[in-house]
Amino acid sequence: MAERPPSDVPKAVLAILAGALALQITLKMSHPVTPPAASDLHPPPSQASLRLASLGDPIPLAKVLMLYLQSFDYQALNRIPYQALNYDTVRQWLLRVLWLDPRGQYPLLAASRLYAEVPDETKVRQMLEFVYEQFAGDPDRRWPWLAHAAAIAKHRLDDLPLAKRYAAAIQQHATGPNVPLWAKQMEVFILEDMNELETARIMIGGFLSSGTIHDPAEIRFLDQRLREIEARLKSQP
Amino acid sequence: MIPLHFITTLAGTTVLEAVRNRLFWLAAIVVGVALGLAQFLNQVAITESLEIQVALLAALLRVAAVFIVATFIITSMVREANDKVTELMLSQPAPRSSYFLGKFAGYAFVAVSLAVVFALPLALFAPTAGLMAWAASLVCELLIVTSVSLFCVISLTQVLSAFAATTAFYFLSRSMAAMQVIAGASLTSEHTFADAAINWIVDAIALILPSLDRMTRIDWLVNAGPGMDETLGLLAQSAIYVVLIASAALFDLHRKNY
Repeated sequence: MAERPPSDVPKAVLAILAGALALQITLKMSHPVTPPAASDLHPPPSQASLRLASLGDPIPLAKVLMLYLQSFDYQALNRIPYQALNYDTVRQWLLRVLWLDPRGQYPLLAASRLYAEVPDETKVRQMLEFVYEQFAGDPDRRWPWLAHAAAIAKHRLDDLPLAKRYAAAIQQHATGPNVPLWAKQMEVFILEDMNELETARIMIGGFLSSGTIHDPAEIRFLDQRLREIEARLKSQP
Repeated sequence: MIPLHFITTLAGTTVLEAVRNRLFWLAAIVVGVALGLAQFLNQVAITESLEIQVALLAALLRVAAVFIVATFIITSMVREANDKVTELMLSQPAPRSSYFLGKFAGYAFVAVSLAVVFALPLALFAPTAGLMAWAASLVCELLIVTSVSLFCVISLTQVLSAFAATTAFYFLSRSMAAMQVIAGASLTSEHTFADAAINWIVDAIALILPSLDRMTRIDWLVNAGPGMDETLGLLAQSAIYVVLIASAALFDLHRKNY
């Protein structure tokens, strides 16, 4: 049955509709959503609570929790995101996400490439150790994050023994057929006198050419990181 | 002249229908089950047992109230349409807006009564000030759900589609702020057209949804109630949204051919 034309609707209804819509939009625009601050990040719920909340299907919950965690202390205007966070709490959250989805790589990517980018050596070391500890749980899948941790240890922290420890762990434990040769020989890179850009090029180029990364967003992310390192090194005297 | 007698009669029959549908008995059973659950939690909790009781009881009662109100309105309106009662009412010498106002007033009375009944058991566990704010906010939330359910059932006319749309609206309104925060925390500094378009769409949807995530908060029961500014803001939000959706439903009702 065809509907009546809009001209059949009383003018008063149209006026109220338009007025209420304008008021609703004005009200919402006057209360913009503010991103959560670092201090808003509380410790994660217990494993039992998360198990209950996942309704028997933990992977979707793990993905949502990771995106939730990522939004803390990150704003477009933040010059250095994440540095105000309590890293003990961040570590607990990352552990919970990994517990929910052990095959997921996001927590380790976040630890090594986001939370380890802050200019605070203690926090960086905390995240690198987290990656190292978790690497042991699934070396053939988690080696890329430890390889990046080794590069950070060498170039940012100037801590060759730490970098060597991470590289040796990859060599010793990541023995699967999908682990590229360059990763197994990571220790050589550590010992060679290469600069940060060169190392990053070998690693990111290696990741991309080995075909282990398929996600376009991750490829874009790595490519962007490479360009950031290039820009940072160019700006240095 | 507004046919007040027609509106009040229609509202009265709607409330009578709720009573005869044993809606208030259902509410009493829900309250009983919720209190039993609270007692069970009190037995098993080692610490913060009062907070655990209040939090879970309030969350359960809020969701149950929303579910009961939405289901009652949608099934009642569809039954009336199937029994040709809607056509009979619209054939009366009263404008369609009076029919809508009568139905809305009846459903709103049921929603407010339900909010009061569901707030009562919390008086055993929560401080009065926080509980008053929580109950007032539940009234506002249920009035919004009432108007949205009416809008959906008038527009979609079927139980399944109307209930799905109301449920989607409710969960989207509750999670929209979190979605906006997550959408704004994109890690790539180069935003593609797709990123910008998605952010724009999320922000546009958020503009026309009520801030249900700021309403009926359990931390008012556990910690402290909202401030005056926040309370007034929520009341304004509820009033504007109820008028907005009611006028959208009226727009749809006036365009329908029966």
